[in-house]
Amino acid sequence: MALPKVGEMTDDILKKQNVLPKKSWMEVKTTFEPGTYCYGEKAAPGEILDLPNPRDWDPAQDDWKLLPNWKETIQKGFQTRLERFRSLKLFMDICVRCGACADKCHFYIGTGDPKNMPVLRGELMRSVYRKENTVGGKLLGKLAGAREMTEDVLKEWYKYYYQCTECRRCSVFCPYGIDTAEITIHARELMHEAGVGINQITGPASNSFMTGNHLGLKPHAILNSVESLVEDIKSITGITVNPTFNRKGAEILFITPSADFFADPGIFTMMGYLLLFEHIGLDYTLSTYASEGGNFGLFTSHEMMKRLNSKIYTEAERLKVKWLLGGECGHMWRVVHQYMNTMTGPANFLEKPVSPVTGTKFSFADGTKFVHIAEFTADLIRHNTIKLDKARNDHRKITFHDSCNISRGMGMFEEPRYVINNVANHFFEMPEDTIREKTFCCGSGSGLNTNEYMETRLKGGFARAMAVKEVQEKNNVNLLTAICAIDRAAFPALLNYWNPGVETSGLHELVGNALVMNGEKARTVDLRGDDLAGSET
Amino acid sequence: MKIFSALTVVLILAAAAYVGVEIFGLYAIFGVVIPYFAFFTFAGGFVLKILSWAKSPTPFNITTTAGQQKSLKFIKNAPLENPSGVVGVAGRILLEVFFFRSLFRNTKTAMTKDNRPGYQSEKSLWLGGLVFHWSFFYIFIRHLRFFTYPVPGFVSSMETIDRLFQIGLPGLYLTDIFLLLSVTFLFFRRVAIPQIKYMSLLADYFPLFLIAAIGFSGIAMRYFVRTDVMGIKNMTMGLISFKPVIINDTGSLFYIHLFLVSSLFLYFPFSKLMHAGGIFMSPTRNLAGNSRKKRHINPWNYPVKTHSYEEYENDFRDAMRGAGLPLENPGSDVSGHGKQEGKE
Ligand code: SF4
Ligand code: SF4
Repeated sequence: MALPKVGEMTDDILKKQNVLPKKSWMEVKTTFEPGTYCYGEKAAPGEILDLPNPRDWDPAQDDWKLLPNWKETIQKGFQTRLERFRSLKLFMDICVRCGACADKCHFYIGTGDPKNMPVLRGELMRSVYRKENTVGGKLLGKLAGAREMTEDVLKEWYKYYYQCTECRRCSVFCPYGIDTAEITIHARELMHEAGVGINQITGPASNSFMTGNHLGLKPHAILNSVESLVEDIKSITGITVNPTFNRKGAEILFITPSADFFADPGIFTMMGYLLLFEHIGLDYTLSTYASEGGNFGLFTSHEMMKRLNSKIYTEAERLKVKWLLGGECGHMWRVVHQYMNTMTGPANFLEKPVSPVTGTKFSFADGTKFVHIAEFTADLIRHNTIKLDKARNDHRKITFHDSCNISRGMGMFEEPRYVINNVANHFFEMPEDTIREKTFCCGSGSGLNTNEYMETRLKGGFARAMAVKEVQEKNNVNLLTAICAIDRAAFPALLNYWNPGVETSGLHELVGNALVMNGEKARTVDLRGDDLAGSET
Repeated sequence: MKIFSALTVVLILAAAAYVGVEIFGLYAIFGVVIPYFAFFTFAGGFVLKILSWAKSPTPFNITTTAGQQKSLKFIKNAPLENPSGVVGVAGRILLEVFFFRSLFRNTKTAMTKDNRPGYQSEKSLWLGGLVFHWSFFYIFIRHLRFFTYPVPGFVSSMETIDRLFQIGLPGLYLTDIFLLLSVTFLFFRRVAIPQIKYMSLLADYFPLFLIAAIGFSGIAMRYFVRTDVMGIKNMTMGLISFKPVIINDTGSLFYIHLFLVSSLFLYFPFSKLMHAGGIFMSPTRNLAGNSRKKRHINPWNYPVKTHSYEEYENDFRDAMRGAGLPLENPGSDVSGHGKQEGKE
């Protein structure tokens, strides 16, 4: 499907600002035009994951081939979740519809669709809650903002809970901390119970379940692609790095999103990790079994998240490593921070993490025994234990995108900035209201990074892209750095559309460029093969 | 329609009280039975609602980390935006409750002349909300003079402060003005901002009208309609000491005021007004961002089906052997997709 031109899309976005339907939102019927919805999940991944009602189906068709009892399933599941999650129960009850969250959502900004206002996104579910759980809702129905769960409502949920990237920007602004991402998580979970999900999530989740990673890379394929990165490193730096796999007794198990093994530009970040580990002589191993840091289970259900996440500790125990080091990934770290130790811990077979190079005790990770690579590297830099030549990133004017999960689902803002400032000379911040805890999503998070959805993703990423535009115009920024694999997958398309000339990289790609390795040859190109500043003669 | 219905309900409530006492002489009903009933429903309902929330556990630590985590020593953390312990959490909650911290961040998004979203600080809701809640609270405390004997010093001084600017006779209470202004503002923005109007429910207008009506009836009693303050005090003291007396010449305005207040109390625990209690329990605000250090416990954590390493090796043994990967079980060539219960 051809995408509209930039001018057309901009006009479309502007035209839809502040336009509301005449009818009340409950009366507006959900439609499925191409580009505005994700494809439904296929039968095969559903079967692998034992999901209910696996089938091939098409959301744009009237018949969703639902099981006869789909509605009871959702109703029952809803009640169970209300009993299990205070968050859900509270968020169903206490929203005052003040609207503070309304214009904070990138999808609302980009589409102008009122159902993308976090508050209304929440009402899609609250309305059903009221019908079943409140006196007013039971007695007064619509007048009390209550309505029956119907197939139309299900379709509306499908569209709008997959038009939320679970980015939590709204939750920062809500006076009661109502996190619409949490509501979306539950809505998706309920839909899954009734056999309704999107293929872009269930596919990778089933891959991850079987092969250990979202891309479905079998063990030898992982080795092969890392092998080719090792060769690239050799030809660029003259250094031979020696990563090992599934090695018992290594001190550290390194877990990173599988896209870093395979997909451009994640591979350049991977090269950065490999160089860094070689530089400091780290005793680490990679795993083919736990070859995925990311977790599309987070976008499916709490249970699925646990099913996928459990591999990491299991593998750490089998390999008898001391602790875990994790690569650059957004939702992986949301899972590590919010869920992992609770779900699959305690990891008492591991040791409290200590940097073998600097001796720093990472006591803030004493529970999970899982340290973020940005924390690890920042500590190395602080202790002057690595040799860096900042000038080797001089051909880059860099801005940093705070990934939603890392910022609002973990709280790491300074470490990556500290690292950038120590490996590069030209770093520029985007406008204040679009960074750190107020960062804007790339528009493709939470499993929405699928091709058929590109138009909506570009609209969802509009707010982010326009903030990039500010620094692109003012500071000639030509590189956006992010510590998230979905960002690295999504931004090339987004920036290519809205901000041609700005490339995407990971943090450790910059580290890898700057690292002065012992015995390396004079570098003329960076890790992606682009000429270094001053060397283009 | 919703606005009209909400207003109608409030007017009907006021009329009911008037008709009830003036025509039917139901002083005991409106002066004693309903207030007691409302108060106990409020107290009981409030507690039950809190308990019902409390009954559902907080299985995961999902705090919103709106500031730098506490990590490396040389990196400064944000103790209130991303608290690392109890003290920070208490600070965060208190800031939310007393100063509406999150609302203070509010921005307004609007397209700029460059056809890009621009963000401007938008503090009117914060200010309006703050004035509204604080005035309401102040007035509530000030009303203690009707329920205490002798009136505690702080209540009297609060009253004096409130009348500091001697406007009119009897002295105008500033908080009365603030309350009415802010409630009007809250109503006005709800209807004036199309998006907010679009999402508003009857349940959003009703409390505003009800509180406005309570305010108006209270003010009218003080300034416009002669009311027997001593009589009222006798009644309120009777109520609070469970020796209710009925005074039927306080004027029907008092009964209207009392009935509207009773209605608010009755309505409270079943409505969005419970945000007053909920704000303390919000898991995105009241948990410390320390879950990597301290294990958060989920009381219903259950085992799930996983794909174990053994199964993985069985699935891919040949490929692994071919790639030179170490194997747990090099000899066997059993393959299959068996599934087993994962570890807890
Ligand atoms: S900011 Fe919070 S309370 Fe206000 S409308 Fe949004 S979710 Fe509801
Ligand atoms: S979590 Fe993000 S995408 Fe979802 S409603 Fe909130 S702001 Fe929008």
